[in-house]
Amino acid sequence: MNRVTINEEICKECEYCITFCPKKTILKKKDTLNKKGYYPAIAENLEDCIACGICATVCPEAAIKVEKDV
Amino acid sequence: MKTVYERPKVLTDEYMKYCGGCGHGIINKLIAEIIEEENLAEKAIMIWPIGCSVYADRYFNVDSVCALHGRAPATGTGIKRALEDNLVVVYQGDGDMVSEGMAEIMHAGIRGEKFTVVFVNNAIYGMTGGQMAPTTLMEQKTSTSPQGRSADNAGFPVNMAEIIGSLHGCHYSERVAVNSPANIRKTKEAIRKAFKYQLDGKGLSFVEIVSPCPTGWGVSPVKALDWIGETVLNQYPLGVFKAPKEGE
Ligand SMILES: Cc1ncc(C[n+]2csc(CCOP(=O)(O)OP(=O)(O)O)c2C)c(N)n1
Ligand code: SF4
Ligand code: SF4
Ligand code: SF4
Repeated sequence: MNRVTINEEICKECEYCITFCPKKTILKKKDTLNKKGYYPAIAENLEDCIACGICATVCPEAAIKVEKDV
Repeated sequence: MKTVYERPKVLTDEYMKYCGGCGHGIINKLIAEIIEEENLAEKAIMIWPIGCSVYADRYFNVDSVCALHGRAPATGTGIKRALEDNLVVVYQGDGDMVSEGMAEIMHAGIRGEKFTVVFVNNAIYGMTGGQMAPTTLMEQKTSTSPQGRSADNAGFPVNMAEIIGSLHGCHYSERVAVNSPANIRKTKEAIRKAFKYQLDGKGLSFVEIVSPCPTGWGVSPVKALDWIGETVLNQYPLGVFKAPKEGE
């Protein structure tokens, strides 16, 4: 399964990754705050992820790592 | 597992002070990616401006200087002339460049200085609280144009990529935007090209980037990207305004 790892502590809740991910099932906002007071993005249902890297491309914090299962 | 994307090592672990969704974060990241991919960390010298990117020296593991407001092209001139083999990157906001430092950027272009300018145009003064800049759109509401910009009292927006591209000393001028994944990729390739021209010893390479300032514009980050596509790019069309000829 592909892997998307988000550094929740530096995420600023801009929602770019959530908006531009071509699969609507994966990225969403966590319901608890990080230390800086944002609801960070989290990744689930990674079986739907195609490892396109779009979420990482649009993230202004360079908070996302994407790995493809090969 | 094959890594598709990970944070470039050229970026430090410092927490970036930009607001959520700020275009500076995306653009800083792209510059760091290129420096890493092209193996330029030892060669690169970043010249940061006054504005929201004033702390960016802390975000990069490369040599940096912070210039006085608007004067980054003058600082860049001195550094590039003394260290011609280095990659000198002058980074400026639109308030910094087009109001405070218009003379410096114009004369850098007129003299054909051999560095790269990354010009972040968010059509507003971000750092100081969203005041009108020369680049503010007609009718755009800012803290100093609460009724919207009017020509009567504030004149008209300034298209820098076209102006700089018209100068003989300019080798390459392009306007790009960071409002979508495709445009972010194009922005990266434009900056990479500009770095290449500089390393080949060519004249000024200038990349204007239309960039969101959600805080200054008073909208959510996603709405800010929409506003770029729907409105800002009508005033600031994307395109190449100075293209080197074949073999140049
Ligand atoms: C000589 C001088 N005049 C004014 C200021 C106040 N000042 C700081 S940042 C700024 C504007 C920055 O706007 P911009 O260049 O668009 O950058 P942004 O913050 O939007 O990235 C101003 C006017 C200053 N620091 N120094
Ligand atoms: S890699 Fe692509 S599919 Fe996977 S979470 Fe990111 S944007 Fe969505
Ligand atoms: S793009 Fe980055 S900062 Fe924005 S919500 Fe996603 S992970 Fe957080
Ligand atoms: S005020 Fe605007 S330019 Fe400055 S950090 Fe915030 S969003 Fe970015």
